[in-house]
Amino acid sequence: MTLSRTHLTAIALFFVMALAVPFIPSDYLFEAILTPFLAIALAALGLNLLAGYAGQVSLGSAAFMAVGAFSAYNFLLRIPGLPLLLALLLAGVVTAAFGVIFGLPSLRLRGFYLAISTLAAQFFVQWVLTNFNWFSGGDTSGIINTPPLFIGGVAIDTPVRDYLLSLAIVSLLTLLALRLVSGRTGREFIAVRDNELAARVLGVKILRVKLMACALSSFYIGIAGALWAFLYLNTVEPAGFDLDRSFQLLFVIIIGGLASIRGAFLGAAFIVVLPLLLSRAGAALLGATFDSGLVDIVEKIILGVLIIVFLRIEPAGLSALLARLRLDRFFASTL
Amino acid sequence: MVNTPLLQIEDVEVVYDSAILAVAGVSLDVQKGEIFALLGANGAGKSSLLRAVSNILVAQRGRVTKGRVLFDGKPIKNLATNHLVRAGLVQVLEGRHCFLRLTVEENLITGAIGKGSSRAETKQDLAHVYALFPVLEVKRKQAAGLLSGGQQQMLAIGRAMMARPRLLLLDEPSMGLAPILVAEIFKTLTQLNREEGLTVLISEQNAAVALRHANHAAVLENGRVAARGSADVLRGRADIRAAYLGLTPLPPHKTAHSTELTV
Repeated sequence: MTLSRTHLTAIALFFVMALAVPFIPSDYLFEAILTPFLAIALAALGLNLLAGYAGQVSLGSAAFMAVGAFSAYNFLLRIPGLPLLLALLLAGVVTAAFGVIFGLPSLRLRGFYLAISTLAAQFFVQWVLTNFNWFSGGDTSGIINTPPLFIGGVAIDTPVRDYLLSLAIVSLLTLLALRLVSGRTGREFIAVRDNELAARVLGVKILRVKLMACALSSFYIGIAGALWAFLYLNTVEPAGFDLDRSFQLLFVIIIGGLASIRGAFLGAAFIVVLPLLLSRAGAALLGATFDSGLVDIVEKIILGVLIIVFLRIEPAGLSALLARLRLDRFFASTL
Repeated sequence: MVNTPLLQIEDVEVVYDSAILAVAGVSLDVQKGEIFALLGANGAGKSSLLRAVSNILVAQRGRVTKGRVLFDGKPIKNLATNHLVRAGLVQVLEGRHCFLRLTVEENLITGAIGKGSSRAETKQDLAHVYALFPVLEVKRKQAAGLLSGGQQQMLAIGRAMMARPRLLLLDEPSMGLAPILVAEIFKTLTQLNREEGLTVLISEQNAAVALRHANHAAVLENGRVAARGSADVLRGRADIRAAYLGLTPLPPHKTAHSTELTV
């Protein structure tokens, strides 16, 4: 396998993130920016496999994050001594099974109608998790604190450790995704997305490919949900996985770039950093009298405008913009 | 059993949406190693018949309501399209349907999925397709969407060849193409037929070209076989010449060719 420039950049970035960044003495950076960024990026990557590569729209991603978070919680609660990593893996598997069930409508429905049917997952999961407290281990408060986490005796109890664990899991799964989409699985996904009839005529098993896309995507989103709850929020609650979160993930892949692995990361970085930048800018411009509710509104307006702009001008998102910039620099250096 | 036709279509009827009768009882035999042309105007039922053969009617809310299709002597009614592809029955759709955002080579590799080819076989088949259509090799890294219509048709045929078919179904390969490209595509198909014994069932509106290359042909009208026979005989018939080849002035009413000619 030859390493392209993109691969090299990604590898370099990984080493910087893994070896240099942890020495930055700022808990804020890890707690509020990097850990949520990694979880959102992983969830967006999962959604991108389904929506970007296989072309099946989903508005229920947050529900799958919830399934992942609650499965991991229940595995740890009910099986004493279960290793954390195994619990995460099992959470992914449970979510994948869930994804296959809610992916069944995709065999008959397309586009807008499919999107509406995925809303069923969103509302059903939230309803079940809110109304049956078995899933919360009998807790009735609606918010559960996550148990202390250990990996081989090492406590995952500092922001840097949360971050490093997220980074390890996300990198591993990203590598797997890269391999999958550049091989036969990726081609089958794209074939089904671009032209289902032609794919069928060529002997692609449409049913299997669609369910495979649902399972794979849900697996990623489920693990992302567990990371989000355990390493970022430190609480597990259904309310954090509402429809807004599903839309957020959809925005991440639209802005970052559909059917692009790095698009999920670029989009996630953008979505996580934008509100922080806005509140800083707001504080600087308006001083202390500045209302934080305003940031929310301005953020929504900016996001809305950006989505329209991207859909209209650059449907391939930030990922394509980056590629073009690099190309320009390449030409500039050769001329 | 030596002379069992590769494809037997027996009294097949196709209905869309339980209401529209597209094919009304057609029977045809396609022999091993021949080129069989299915002629007829728009809406005559050519595409529906081909779709019935490769079992993709469901995608268009159609159904075979009567009759049966046998491939290699075996009924294919319950065989999904992917099994048919594996068995060697591969269709090239009307209107090409390339994956526009995949590259030419990726499109071709997609064609090997249904067959389940190994890496080495895929590589070998790629070389074969590039030998058939050299222009595809030149453009192998380009997105299929950037190819011309003729090149896309070549790509669609090449993609089907990647599954190593024994019977290739082609639905109007000449659609929207310049005559010189149509000639080139038919030349390649004839070459495949002669040199590799590929059996071809081709539906065409361009009757002149199709009859020049086919061994046998049938003319469909309103879902029924209006005429059939060897291509040479059909090419000589006055009514066919008038209605489909435009070689002699049209008779006042084209009712003459509703009788079947048996050979």
